[in-house]
Amino acid sequence: MTSSLTAPNRADSGLQRRVLDNGLRVLLVPDPAAPVVGVAVHVDVGFRSEPEGRTGFAHLFEHLMFQGSESLEKLAHFRHVQSSGGVFNGSTHQDYTNYFEVLPSAALERALFLEADRLRAPRLTQENLRNQVDVVKEEIRLNVLNRPYGGFPWILLPPVLYDTYPNAHNGYGDFTDLEQADLDDAAAFFDAYYAPGNAVLTVVGDIDVDDAATLVEKHFGDIPARPVPSRPSFAEPPPDGERRDAVVDAHAPLPALALGYRLPDPANDLDGYLAHAVLASLLTDGEAARLTQRLVYGDQLVTDVSASAGLMGAPLDARDPDTFTITAVHPATVDTDRVVAAVDDELARLAARGPDAEELRRVTARWASSLHREHDRLMSRMLALGSAELVQGRAELADELPGRLAAVEPAAVAAAAGALRPDARAILTVTPGGGQ
Amino acid sequence: MSAPTSSTRRSAEEIGSTPTGPRPLPPLGPQRAVPAPDEVDTVLASGLRVIAVRRAEVPMVEMRLRVPFADGTGPNGSGGSDHPAVAELLATTILSGTRRRSRVGIDDDLAGVGGEIGFSVDPERLAVSGHALADGLDTLLDVLADLLLDATHPEDELARERERLVERIEMASAQPSVIARRALQERRYGTHPVTREMPRPEEVSAVSADAVRALQAAALLPGGSVLVLVGDLDPAGAVARVESALAGWSSGDADALGPLPGLTAQDLLLVDRPGAVQSQLRLSAPAVGRSDPRYGALQLANLTLGGYFSSRLVENLREDKGYTYHASSSLELDPHGAVLLVETDVASEVTAPALLEVRYELGRLAVVPPSADEVESARRYLVGSLLISMTTQAGYASTLAGLAAYGLSSAWLREHPARIEAVTVEEVAAAAATFYAPTAFTGVVVADAASTADGLRALGGVEIRS
Repeated sequence: MTSSLTAPNRADSGLQRRVLDNGLRVLLVPDPAAPVVGVAVHVDVGFRSEPEGRTGFAHLFEHLMFQGSESLEKLAHFRHVQSSGGVFNGSTHQDYTNYFEVLPSAALERALFLEADRLRAPRLTQENLRNQVDVVKEEIRLNVLNRPYGGFPWILLPPVLYDTYPNAHNGYGDFTDLEQADLDDAAAFFDAYYAPGNAVLTVVGDIDVDDAATLVEKHFGDIPARPVPSRPSFAEPPPDGERRDAVVDAHAPLPALALGYRLPDPANDLDGYLAHAVLASLLTDGEAARLTQRLVYGDQLVTDVSASAGLMGAPLDARDPDTFTITAVHPATVDTDRVVAAVDDELARLAARGPDAEELRRVTARWASSLHREHDRLMSRMLALGSAELVQGRAELADELPGRLAAVEPAAVAAAAGALRPDARAILTVTPGGGQ
Repeated sequence: MSAPTSSTRRSAEEIGSTPTGPRPLPPLGPQRAVPAPDEVDTVLASGLRVIAVRRAEVPMVEMRLRVPFADGTGPNGSGGSDHPAVAELLATTILSGTRRRSRVGIDDDLAGVGGEIGFSVDPERLAVSGHALADGLDTLLDVLADLLLDATHPEDELARERERLVERIEMASAQPSVIARRALQERRYGTHPVTREMPRPEEVSAVSADAVRALQAAALLPGGSVLVLVGDLDPAGAVARVESALAGWSSGDADALGPLPGLTAQDLLLVDRPGAVQSQLRLSAPAVGRSDPRYGALQLANLTLGGYFSSRLVENLREDKGYTYHASSSLELDPHGAVLLVETDVASEVTAPALLEVRYELGRLAVVPPSADEVESARRYLVGSLLISMTTQAGYASTLAGLAAYGLSSAWLREHPARIEAVTVEEVAAAAATFYAPTAFTGVVVADAASTADGLRALGGVEIRS
């Protein structure tokens, strides 16, 4: 057991950093387990930075970055990655946007070329913009509008918990905003945020570090430096009471609710933040978890319950402020307040007495296990390293997480439970709308 | 946002070009081969096939168990059996207690070794998926044996799980993808048991604990089943530990799914979903499975049509027309063969135009053969993605279990890249012409009939009831 928690992780060996003259930060991480490589670019802009009146623009822009660049016609990026045997994707988060591919190691230089070309000179055209607005609208219909609980809670909860536009608005975007986006917006966004000094390049896998560094310099080195935007603070005061709102979901068969709380700032209270991550597991991971026991099996108030440190479901994925969520789906016969009261009761109990050591040990063993599994997948480990470097300032944090979580003390979990106060939270209820 | 001032700001056109101009794509370098991992593949006296593979990248072990679990209550075609509901509840309540462990005790023991176990059923098989920290393998196997041999399915837990399952089914039944899947299965296979992927709520409510216990005793059997372990382990030692842990699981053959009825080409059925903002298009036709010599050519033809992003369907429906977020074509395998499935979700207002384009691409694939470049791109992708899928313990375990369930082994996986390399452009063209003729398809369109029926009627080939 303990040996598995403290065993030297393969990450301990060989992570190296470089910074190119244009400011691009580079992480080189050799991992010879399999003859594959991964290349990822994390750019320091997410949907919290998109301008007012342009909701959804950071994500729309991510789509545009796949539409061709100076050396690559529309569709060429996809074709070159896939015809090299690789897979690719991109995603837009609160504070960053990533672009990445995993390929057989023979394609390392090709992958670096593809990422460098679009970071240097993306082909932003009117035709591609209009086409990708249509594609993004279909993505939103698929993931939000045409399904039960679409956008629950990540789109629906923030406007209840937060006051300021960056934290409260819908990162997928309103259709009217998306339709008004124009080419000048795209050019300005690229010039402001996609400077090489505002990005982290991560290269992981079956590489020789020095050879990889040479290839990185060859392809990214001549991208001209541009001013790096000053990063605004998104801080706002915590809620000064319990805020409630309700929405109707035409597709939902059962009512649901989401509780939202503020998390500690991981930049100055990492241990407090991690205690919240452990608390989330203690509450709802597994049959023996506190809220699962109480709400699902004991009082039988809910069908499903889930807690998460981080609005998007993963811890440490965003800077401050970020959100601790508890969501539950319940029968129409159960009143919302009964569920909330039972949650408060369990939190109060944990705050007063804390978890027992054996209960805590089981939770952290599960964390270690899930992180090992995640890091067995090159793509997941690469993305974790890249985002930890960009968002938290230290890639190593991604690999240290099992050990740090295992070190969280019962008292810290009790304090985290006590910090989830009824008088500083948001409650969103979802009511079935009787449609399909 | 903190945009630069207008004097320094570039236009979109300026951003897209540099003094150097377009640069050439670098060639591929040399590719290192993957050594075959240490493996033991054997059949125990009970008839259980066990495959254990050493992959020690992380200190974990992955476990997959597949038990053939077809409706054995009668000949295929008996639509009214309670098998799907009983099987679904079995998969849920098997974790709610054994003679030695309570529901919480099971979870605590697994959590102590960073472990999890999940059960699922479909009309073909019962699948168990689990993992644990490597030094917890014995605990993982002990819990597995306990569940397989001594699950009690207590009355009170069953009553609760019945209610939760009904709620989950009602929830899933509101998902457009689930509605479309059910409609497609019925359009393809009528009332055959294979259509019953999710029981109806009223069927679940009628299931007794005795029925669940009886099904576990009669059908959860080792003969013909496969257990795969991949991870930081010694293969021979792991097999011995399985043999010892599962010594009590000893008699009888599990029920394998028989051949499915052949698909009949027919009009697509319009299924009304009033008020839907998006429509689901699902088209299906007969194909062949891994044992057919044309399988590799079929895989490459399928990739060209819609098996990956750089395909004709995605480039047309998404990147040219903007009708959809995704369009795909895939092969659905069963123990005896395979069928093709072409699917996309599109905005309601472009339902008929999207169907027109899907049919156009099917016809084009059949009569305008994939070019040498298209075949080469699909070939590289297939070989590369096979390599990538084998690089994780979890992925490798799932892949092996899937192959072994159909009588194949890791040798098939190792040899498949060479088979794919040997497929000619002509063979791909022949497979495309054989399997993708638009007239070979059946299927469904799930859509708001009020806003889509006129267009679909004008297009034709769609059965519109009412």
